[in-house]
Amino acid sequence: MSVLEATPAAAGVEGICLGLTEEQRKSRAEFRAFAESEVAPYAGQWDRDARVPDELLEELKNRGYLAAPLAQEQGGRGMDAVTYGLLTAELGRACSSTRSLLTVHDMAVVALARWGKPPLKERYLPAMAEGSLLGAVALSEPNIGSAATQVETTARKVGEEYVLDGEKCWITFGQVADVFLLLAQLEGKPTAFWVPADAPGLKRYDNDLVMGTRAARLARLELSDCRIPGDHILGRQGFGFTYVLNYALDLGRYSVAWGSVGIAEACLEASLDYTSQRMQGGALLCEHQLVQRRLTDMIADSRAARLLCYRAGYLRQLGEPAAVQETKIAKYFASRAANRCANSAVQLHGANGTTDNYPVARYLRDAKVMEIIEGSTEIQQIIIPRVRPEEF
Amino acid sequence: MATKKEKIKEFLAKFFRNHVLADDEDIFALGFVNSLLAMQLVGFVEKEFGITIEDDDLDFENFRTVNNIEALVGRKEAARVSA
Repeated sequence: MSVLEATPAAAGVEGICLGLTEEQRKSRAEFRAFAESEVAPYAGQWDRDARVPDELLEELKNRGYLAAPLAQEQGGRGMDAVTYGLLTAELGRACSSTRSLLTVHDMAVVALARWGKPPLKERYLPAMAEGSLLGAVALSEPNIGSAATQVETTARKVGEEYVLDGEKCWITFGQVADVFLLLAQLEGKPTAFWVPADAPGLKRYDNDLVMGTRAARLARLELSDCRIPGDHILGRQGFGFTYVLNYALDLGRYSVAWGSVGIAEACLEASLDYTSQRMQGGALLCEHQLVQRRLTDMIADSRAARLLCYRAGYLRQLGEPAAVQETKIAKYFASRAANRCANSAVQLHGANGTTDNYPVARYLRDAKVMEIIEGSTEIQQIIIPRVRPEEF
Repeated sequence: MATKKEKIKEFLAKFFRNHVLADDEDIFALGFVNSLLAMQLVGFVEKEFGITIEDDDLDFENFRTVNNIEALVGRKEAARVSA
């Protein structure tokens, strides 16, 4: 029985099923083998270089990891939500910057597939599905972060084109993206646009070096009299954030939640290894009770975060509307759990943990970013209690 | 068997605590609508009634009242049958 088939009704029980199918287990093994051999050994160097190499992007494309959740009839792999979660967790465990490429590309792809007009989809979806074109999301601005509906970038209709003016920043993989899902005000209403990187009037620059996910090739965009065709609009005027961007962000939150699980588990694994090898005061670190306490909290945090992600994934597969809420809860908890785990990991490694000789400092820097992107912890704290949680 | 209206009201009740929603009440005017509700509402009508909300359906009027949501579902169902 597949997870999809294992509905509560089919199982004859109340609640949701959290088991993996044989196929999902095989996929996870494939993802882990790739992440451990091709990503993790180099992630520290990419972090120091502040860029993942182009060869990695090509490899992700060749493996079909880009646009994986896109339906098969739309040219994607049609990867189910739980398997997609396993993919992002394994990449997140190895390198958050690499995971973030999948996140932003897939956000752009699903938004196009859902809200793009047929000619736009015909032109872009096939190439984006195979990864020969990369997408990114241009939402944040120098003055606008969480208050996304108040973006200051403007759009106006001039003849058959839209003309965009403004500035975007912190655009993950914006240095290499071929197209941007971008939010701007059209006659004062938030509206989503599809902006090719080579559109006249668009300039991009490397962003300031950031604390975490440093290798994610962040860019700053300047749009000055930037012209795009009239059909490069997603959804209707005024619905750009509520529906189009939120649709993308929902997937982004799911990806970040799983990526946070990956960070938490990487921290746990590094700490278990380190504390079982290092002697202090005549005993291994792991034999000290205060160390055991930290390890116990890390184990519980990692498990709980993973379970919330399974729950969200399972509900996404069932197409339950409540999956949106459950995804927010998973992202909220997992990103905070990753921070607690990363904090403990550095603490347990002592001075060693603050150096580049161990990965835990990178995990801590990356974990902090997880609490900020795709809806900050504070935004989730405002939104989540607005809906009575459903029982499954 | 629950009617369309009953199903819609049952779904919206999760967002409108301690408020009994009338069929013609403006849900936007009540101040409960946020992006989470907006997204889940689209997901709900698509899953519950087997329709697809498209670009042209994105009009606040279509989602303003229980009556309007029911009418939207009815139109989409009719279009599906005639297609």
